[in-house]
Amino acid sequence: MRITADQASGFAQALFSARADRTPIPPLTEGDPELGVDDGYAIQQELVSLLIAQGEVVSGYKLGLTSLPMQKLLGVDQPDFSPVFSSTIYPDGATLSMENFIAPRVEAEIAVVLKEGLAGPHCTPNQVYQATAGLLAAIEIVDSRIIDWQIKIADTIADLASNGAIALSSNLIPIDSFDPRLVGMVFTKNGHVIATGAGAAALGDPLAAVAWLANTLAPLGVTLPVGSVIMTGALHAMVPIAPGDIFRAEFAHLGPITLRVSE
Amino acid sequence: MTYSEPAKRLIEAAENRVATTALTDSDPNLNVASAYDIQAEVVQARLDRGHVVVGAKLGLTSIAKQKQMNVSEPLYGWLTSDMQIDTEASLRCNDFIQPRCEPEIAFLLGSDLNGAHISAVHVLAATQYIFAAVDVLDSRFAGYSFTLPDVAADNSSSAGFTLGGTAINPEGLNLRTLGCAFEKNGQLIATASGAAVLGHPASSVAWLVRKLATRGEGLKAGHIILSGAITEAVAVEPGDCITARFDQIGTVEIPCI
Repeated sequence: MRITADQASGFAQALFSARADRTPIPPLTEGDPELGVDDGYAIQQELVSLLIAQGEVVSGYKLGLTSLPMQKLLGVDQPDFSPVFSSTIYPDGATLSMENFIAPRVEAEIAVVLKEGLAGPHCTPNQVYQATAGLLAAIEIVDSRIIDWQIKIADTIADLASNGAIALSSNLIPIDSFDPRLVGMVFTKNGHVIATGAGAAALGDPLAAVAWLANTLAPLGVTLPVGSVIMTGALHAMVPIAPGDIFRAEFAHLGPITLRVSE
Repeated sequence: MTYSEPAKRLIEAAENRVATTALTDSDPNLNVASAYDIQAEVVQARLDRGHVVVGAKLGLTSIAKQKQMNVSEPLYGWLTSDMQIDTEASLRCNDFIQPRCEPEIAFLLGSDLNGAHISAVHVLAATQYIFAAVDVLDSRFAGYSFTLPDVAADNSSSAGFTLGGTAINPEGLNLRTLGCAFEKNGQLIATASGAAVLGHPASSVAWLVRKLATRGEGLKAGHIILSGAITEAVAVEPGDCITARFDQIGTVEIPCI
């Protein structure tokens, strides 16, 4: 099915209010089980328009569902994406408050920063390489405006691909001397190793993930401008957070990034 | 040479390539210390046939695996010369019962390592080269169904191993964040970094040295130490191809025939 503009606008308004009030809502797919990927993006576009009208500025994108296990879990065979807003970008070492989120979880990722614009639909990983200023160590704070993360694919896509905020290191590293697929990462919580991974976890190659994004945006008439930050996808399973936690993702070549959660 | 009954079962299972049942099924009181005595017999059986000890390997080095087995420490086994699969050679599935492969970081020691106070730093200082490696497991117990004493007695499922063709000086190498992408037939199985092994692969080797010290044993210059799996193991059969791609220390590719 394909929802009407009015329906999309109604769903977007519900998500907009849920974000503002930090009060989760039932899954959109509960009321309308037929909602699919296209419907999800239609609602997402409406939601993004509402946020931009409120003064938000798009700084980049995030990719989600970039690993096979996550795609299987949601019954899809491709990743999803959402814009990321400048007001939701934390620096390395930041302290975040649980109060700003509903049910936050964290995941370590590699972020790509563009020094040239990229346009699909025929963007290749090699073009992404040419257009990349460098990589940043990053952590995404995912959050769901849907009660208890009871999401189906249309729910998460509509809900900004469950993005809450991102944290970026300030050390931009050019990629002329290493393979982004093999950049190793160790993720610790309060000093204990809770996960490890490498760049290949993001769709096989973080640069291929960016190419996928550029090609997927093309039919929507959207290109990636210079300076875009692209979160290329989690390198491990997402981790719940609690007050007082200290998370640190240490990457080979890119260095560490730390995030604290206030008591 | 006469072997104990449990050792005989394991030796014959390996020789005939027919799996046996867990030793703890018939002897529920078997503990880890006596299991290592059985392991010594199992290794001796290989030496009696003219092979030599070329190193050691660690198992249960990830917290997840330890929790799964309800234990709080890793275990070890000895590698013998008959287990070596030369760089660029194939894994012959018929030589095993139920082979599984896992990517590891291997240490080649430049000097002996002994003692109850060895730390990761001492291990790094004693290491001549680091190699990318694939460990080939082959439990002698049907379906990998075993408890900790069983697998310790079974020489930690040691069966084969292969090293990448690039010897890397450990100086300046951060093994903790060293990344790996593990593939079977071109499909990504898992990614990880060295920290998956007890937080640092050299910590894993240091644990081994301290553990061996309690039995009056140690590691020798020239020994190859497989520091523990950094991802899950995958089962292999003829026609499969296993690739462990590491950052900075190279790739190991092993075709299975």
